[in-house]
Amino acid sequence: MAELHVELVAADRQVWSGEASLVVARTTSGDIGIMPGHQPLLAVLRPGAVTIRTAGATGEGTVVAAVHGGFLSYTDGKLSLLAEIAELAEEIDVERAERAREQARTEQDEAAEGRADVRLAAVSAGH
Amino acid sequence: MGAQLRIYKRRIKSVTATKKITRAMEMIAASRIIKAQRKVAASKPYADELTAAVTAVAHGSDVKHPLTTEAERPRRAAVLLITSDRGLAGGYNSNAIKAHEHLVGELVSRGLRVDSYVVGRKGLAYLSFRERKVTRSWTGFTDNPEYADAKRVAEPLIEALGRDPDEGGVDEVHIAYTEFESMMTQTPVERRLLPLTLEKSAEDSAEVFERGPGIHPLYDFEPSPEQVLDALLPRYLESRIYNALLQAAASKHAATRRAMKSATDNAEELIRSLTRLANAARQAEITQEITEIVGGASALADASAGSER
Repeated sequence: MAELHVELVAADRQVWSGEASLVVARTTSGDIGIMPGHQPLLAVLRPGAVTIRTAGATGEGTVVAAVHGGFLSYTDGKLSLLAEIAELAEEIDVERAERAREQARTEQDEAAEGRADVRLAAVSAGH
Repeated sequence: MGAQLRIYKRRIKSVTATKKITRAMEMIAASRIIKAQRKVAASKPYADELTAAVTAVAHGSDVKHPLTTEAERPRRAAVLLITSDRGLAGGYNSNAIKAHEHLVGELVSRGLRVDSYVVGRKGLAYLSFRERKVTRSWTGFTDNPEYADAKRVAEPLIEALGRDPDEGGVDEVHIAYTEFESMMTQTPVERRLLPLTLEKSAEDSAEVFERGPGIHPLYDFEPSPEQVLDALLPRYLESRIYNALLQAAASKHAATRRAMKSATDNAEELIRSLTRLANAARQAEITQEITEIVGGASALADASAGSER
């Protein structure tokens, strides 16, 4: 089966790139799964977890990343996930995210709480 | 020790101290250029992908979005000038300011009102000294800009684009900054960021066009082309500004390094010529002493020879 080439890039660095058979992301109009051969697509992402099922040269496995808004574009077997902030689940410090969530709750900082939630969701989706 | 010699010695000491400082600054700047260059490279994938996406929407849909279509009669433009907070960088700041003045002159001659947005204390000082109105200014991050800084700079610009020109909104956004070409070459540039001209964005994303044989795939937009553009363009502006900030920072460090290198070279030259002068003064002193001794001795000899008679 053909593979997708996935590039996950944040504003200040490239987070991950490799081959995949399926990518599931959350757009503003709902979750979307993209497999090789999908129609060219440009979508707006919502903060959430992105699941990448890796295949081919990258090896079988699953990569989960927390993406804080951004875009998804797919053409010709190449999928780009653009986000201002993106982190792989394995890079996320759970304790720190939890602490951040507690602090955000007490300070009623919704944006920070949302970010912490997305991080924790990505970590739990990764296990 | 003679007075002249002492003065030379003192000057040599002071120039040596200055040389040490400028050499240290040169080294610091050199290491910072590399850091800034690395940041430019790290931000490239995002900027490239974003440009590709913007090009795709601009070409692949017939959406008339205020940010991609030219105003019929533009009335007001925002100009963002990027300078540094600190000097000691040769002509870096004055060149960026010159580019900015040129750009403003051009816009004014087209009959536009210009709002100035300034990054960096030097540019701000230039404009406020001439009592020109500065709409917004930011300082404090020019040496090492982060994406969050670019976001902060882009925010009022995006907001101004959404407003009517009569109420402080703008039709166009221009930018003047210094592009980092290489360690030796940095050129001040002036660009229009928005609205996108297709030729301009094509120039920026030449790679995107080379990839395919000039055919743009028909994209599906989720949720709709308008909404995608709405979300995409602010991010595009932010990423362009981030790129400009990084390039300006790298250019500033390169300019500092060059200025400090020539300062160090000048100090060395000065030390060399001062040492030569000091040596000459010392020699003159010795010669004079000998002359005095010889003169004194022969005067004594003459005197005693006279008394014997």
